[in-house]
Amino acid sequence: MAKTTAKDAQDLFRALRSAYAATPTKLKIIDLYVVFAIFTALIQVVYMGIVGSFPFNSFLSGVLSCVGTAVLAVCLRIQVNKDNKEFKDLPPERAFADFVLCNVVLHLVIMNFLG
Amino acid sequence: MAEMENAKGSTLRYACGNVLSFFILILIGVLAFSIRLFSVIKYESVIHEFDPYFNYRVTQFLTKNGIYDFWNWFDDRTWYPLGRVIGGTVYPGLTLTAGSLWWLLNSLNIPLSVETVCVFTAPIFSAYAAWATYLLTKEVKGTGAGLTAAVLLAMVPSYISRSVAGSYDNEAVAIFALIFTFYLYIKTLNTGSLFYATLNALAYFYMVCSWGGYTFIINLIPMHVLLCIVTGRYSSRLYIAYAPLVVLGTLLAALVPVVGFNAVMTSEHFASFLVFIILHVVALVYYIKGILSPKMFKVAVTLVVAVGVVVCCAMMAVLVALVASSPTKGWSGRSLSLLDPTYASKYIPIIASVSEHQPPTWPSYFMDINVLAFLVPAGIISCFLPLSDASSFVVLYIVTSVYFSGVMVRLMLVLAPAACIMSGIALSEAFSVFTRSIKFQMPKLLDDSDPVPGDIASANSVVQSNQAKVEKHSAVDKSEGTLKERPQKKSKKKEKEPLEKASIKSQIEKKLLVLPLESSVLAILLLVLLGAFYVVHCVWAAAEAYSAPSIVLTSHNHDGLHVFDDFREAYAWLSHNTEVDDKVASWWDYGYQTTAMANRTVIVDNNTWNNTHIATVGTAMSSPEKAAWEIFNSLDVKYVLVVFGGLVGYPSDDINKFLWMVRIGGGVFPHIKEPDYLRDGQYRIDSQATPTMLNCLMYKLSYYRFVETDGKGFDRVRRTEIGKKYFKLSHFEEVFTTHHWMVRIYKLKPPKNRIRGKTKKSKSSPKTSASKKDDRVKKNPWR
Repeated sequence: MAKTTAKDAQDLFRALRSAYAATPTKLKIIDLYVVFAIFTALIQVVYMGIVGSFPFNSFLSGVLSCVGTAVLAVCLRIQVNKDNKEFKDLPPERAFADFVLCNVVLHLVIMNFLG
Repeated sequence: MAEMENAKGSTLRYACGNVLSFFILILIGVLAFSIRLFSVIKYESVIHEFDPYFNYRVTQFLTKNGIYDFWNWFDDRTWYPLGRVIGGTVYPGLTLTAGSLWWLLNSLNIPLSVETVCVFTAPIFSAYAAWATYLLTKEVKGTGAGLTAAVLLAMVPSYISRSVAGSYDNEAVAIFALIFTFYLYIKTLNTGSLFYATLNALAYFYMVCSWGGYTFIINLIPMHVLLCIVTGRYSSRLYIAYAPLVVLGTLLAALVPVVGFNAVMTSEHFASFLVFIILHVVALVYYIKGILSPKMFKVAVTLVVAVGVVVCCAMMAVLVALVASSPTKGWSGRSLSLLDPTYASKYIPIIASVSEHQPPTWPSYFMDINVLAFLVPAGIISCFLPLSDASSFVVLYIVTSVYFSGVMVRLMLVLAPAACIMSGIALSEAFSVFTRSIKFQMPKLLDDSDPVPGDIASANSVVQSNQAKVEKHSAVDKSEGTLKERPQKKSKKKEKEPLEKASIKSQIEKKLLVLPLESSVLAILLLVLLGAFYVVHCVWAAAEAYSAPSIVLTSHNHDGLHVFDDFREAYAWLSHNTEVDDKVASWWDYGYQTTAMANRTVIVDNNTWNNTHIATVGTAMSSPEKAAWEIFNSLDVKYVLVVFGGLVGYPSDDINKFLWMVRIGGGVFPHIKEPDYLRDGQYRIDSQATPTMLNCLMYKLSYYRFVETDGKGFDRVRRTEIGKKYFKLSHFEEVFTTHHWMVRIYKLKPPKNRIRGKTKKSKSSPKTSASKKDDRVKKNPWR
């Protein structure tokens, strides 16, 4: 039972890796950015766990800025993805412009809240 | 050739339709503004009620001192000696809006006073709210429904009651922000554009600035997202609509000082975070499903489910333990009283005592939303044919707002936009069915059997003609020709959204949904009559029921209109005849008005944030004269103000509110026991009243010298003669009573200089012979 489960898990990983390798490079760059942002957020959480959360607004704005850009990057990826039927007539420049605008608003708020 | 002409004709019709919609919207705005002006016409341009006076005072401060001082303002003229941090405890949206409006107008050299701007803010924003309703309903069902919903909202009495000219309260701008936020959410959901998602977050920020009811939005939208996921309507547009809103919205909410860190720490927001996580899990699942083959996906599912369930349970257990460790499970008192209607009466008497927080009665539904009450179910049904993301949202909105309006009368206001949207959808669908039937049967009536080419008004019918047979063709022509409607009495303009799907469905529907000609005509006439009744009721409600400023009262005598302006008389006396630093004690209802109009420091006011302080004042009002004097003296009070309606029959006076003074005071100071004041379970002030009642300060201050008015001391509100008629005050002296005895102001007598021997007093009012021998040690009222 465990053997089949392990074999299944291996097959699964292989299938996932091969399927993911097929995605275009542009999307892989966005994915890398998302992973980086989440990683930064995790580092901040660990740091808060060690040092304490005294300027709580700074902690909050730092973590939420990372999570925010990650979410926005995922939205960008959704809109730019050519396999996505709903967005096939959305020009990618428009998607990127929306992404930049939302990021500008997000970072304005972050800088105000950083304290 | 004919097709090009038809296309041109259709664009012309579209253009005419758009221009007509535009003018209708302008008229709707004018209607919404002008129906709220009755109080200005009947009385004067004055601020109403109690809470608006506080907002007015804050706006005055803002316009005089600028925004930095306003943001950091510590007010020392209320809640003496505690003070109140205005910058951190007030929702700044309303004051900032009115302040910027005033500043803009003044910079354009239109010198309106701050009071005028404050009085007219609410009608202006109700016009905006009507336009926002149009936009929201247009996203759900189409332009016709949008216009109908906008007209209904412009006039609905429940919204008028809180946004009449002079009612300068948070809801005036908050309802506009609510509808506008919902519109942007639906627009993002429909289009999947990140631009609208940004605007949505900014509109949500405006809503958080304006009203405490923003928690409704941040719980309704996650509920809707969950509903979409559960019913299998997950799409990437849903992710774009919700995920940025949570992150950006939480940050923006934390920016407002009133909310601060509550945005991440209180249970009201946890729903949004939970659904955020769930949404990401679902998105991941869909993504993996998309890139794997079905067999591998099954393997993945079994593997993940086995492992993931264990991890999830562990995390949930930790979270639940964290939340359950706090006594209120992390919810604030107000939210708990919404979820459990009996909570407030058991634990928080202050929330229970406000009349706006009582559950509504059945007639108040009919009074407040009138005809819409039975159009709403029709709208709900219409939302299900067909069900889209937007219409499921509106259904969820109406269901939750109906529940909450059943808990508190004040929340009927949140129900009003939902009811208008639903009714607008219902009315619009009904009208379109009837007019379609008439259109379909008109040519037959006029013996015109050829299909009129000019009726082919939409490009779709060209597509249709390829698919349909000749007879069906004519039927579709007639039905699709509803683009050009007869102007109805309320001048609605309908446009059928030219969707292929709708036309194909309507092809099938036409066979069933064509009603006989006579019944359609009759039904249209009846619906128009229904609308007429609604309009008449709304105008009556606006004019008679909801336009009273409650600072000025009127009554109709045999010799005309009699105006009771006692409140302003009393506040003006206070501001002219007392020192600037004198403290005035009264029940908390009148705190805001006293600080705003009389400009004197008060002990407690309508913010009711400190229950113990209010209980102190309540205890003082329920104690005998000496004990009350001690309490007031310890608070540096100089003047005591009571409101008394017994001479003129004003029912909202302090004797009627006395039971709350006893209850709240007794809740903190156990020596005040409610049964001491009750005879047979009732508060009485006649000869059957208990001695404690007849000796308490409230009784004495209300009825001092009352017997001089008519010789018998007949109280018109309680409808009896009072119990103790002839008595003197030992520790207070009366300094002012207004014209109709509605407001009575008393001054605390200073303690005697010498206690032994003959003491000659030069006071104007007589004193009793009881002297205070034991004021060498001031008794501590706090024990």
